[in-house]
Amino acid sequence: MKNDTLVGQQNMRQQPDDGLGPTSDIGSRLRALYGAVQEEGVPDQLLDLLEKLDSAEQAHAKQSSQGGE
Amino acid sequence: MATETTSFKREMLSTLPSLRAFAVSLTGKHDKADDLVQDTVMKAWAKQSSFEMGTNIKAWLFTILRNEFYSQMRKRGREVQDTDGAFTERLSVHPSQYGSMDLQDFKKALGQLPDDQREAIILIGASGFSYEEAAEICDCAVGTMKSRVSRARSRLQEMLKISGESDYGPDAVSAQVTTTNHSF
Repeated sequence: MKNDTLVGQQNMRQQPDDGLGPTSDIGSRLRALYGAVQEEGVPDQLLDLLEKLDSAEQAHAKQSSQGGE
Repeated sequence: MATETTSFKREMLSTLPSLRAFAVSLTGKHDKADDLVQDTVMKAWAKQSSFEMGTNIKAWLFTILRNEFYSQMRKRGREVQDTDGAFTERLSVHPSQYGSMDLQDFKKALGQLPDDQREAIILIGASGFSYEEAAEICDCAVGTMKSRVSRARSRLQEMLKISGESDYGPDAVSAQVTTTNHSF
């Protein structure tokens, strides 16, 4: 649902008429497939990875800010 | 510093669903797509300093992911693609607008496109990039991107015998296309 709006927003860009617009069969089928993957959400392992990277970075930033800037 | 990192993370997070969908379309497999996104996230994180906040992080991440995909393909000696479509069989499509049968056929047709045409039409038609952005992601000229998209579109139309405009309802289309029995 929220991803539907995401897809919608992304496709609100001005594009020349390339036959992939909202009324085209191919365009809407493409977006249906793509949207179905988007709606699955992001796997936990990926979110965990980002968290780890972020906290490592912040710990590192703290360290280096103590030793100078 | 900490806040900058956090907003980088936040921007990355908001792009992940779309990035992952693109990865699925490239690899044709969910598990490989997740590995690819994971590699991309790590690469992007390491290259963080080369990214300017406020510029297009989505295009930047897509570029990294695509480069990573093709460099892995080269290293592995181009593994045989053992899928029958660009999006995996595991993909459950909610049959809102089209019957699932119809989308299965579309998926197959998409899988038969040459790689460069498939990624072009997905970036433009589904990821929501402009031709300029997509050309940058694929490291080609804008004109090349346009012609790839247009060739992809004609081939899909030909394969599916559908018109670019919705002259026929989904029923008419699937009636034409449905020749085999897919289990879903």
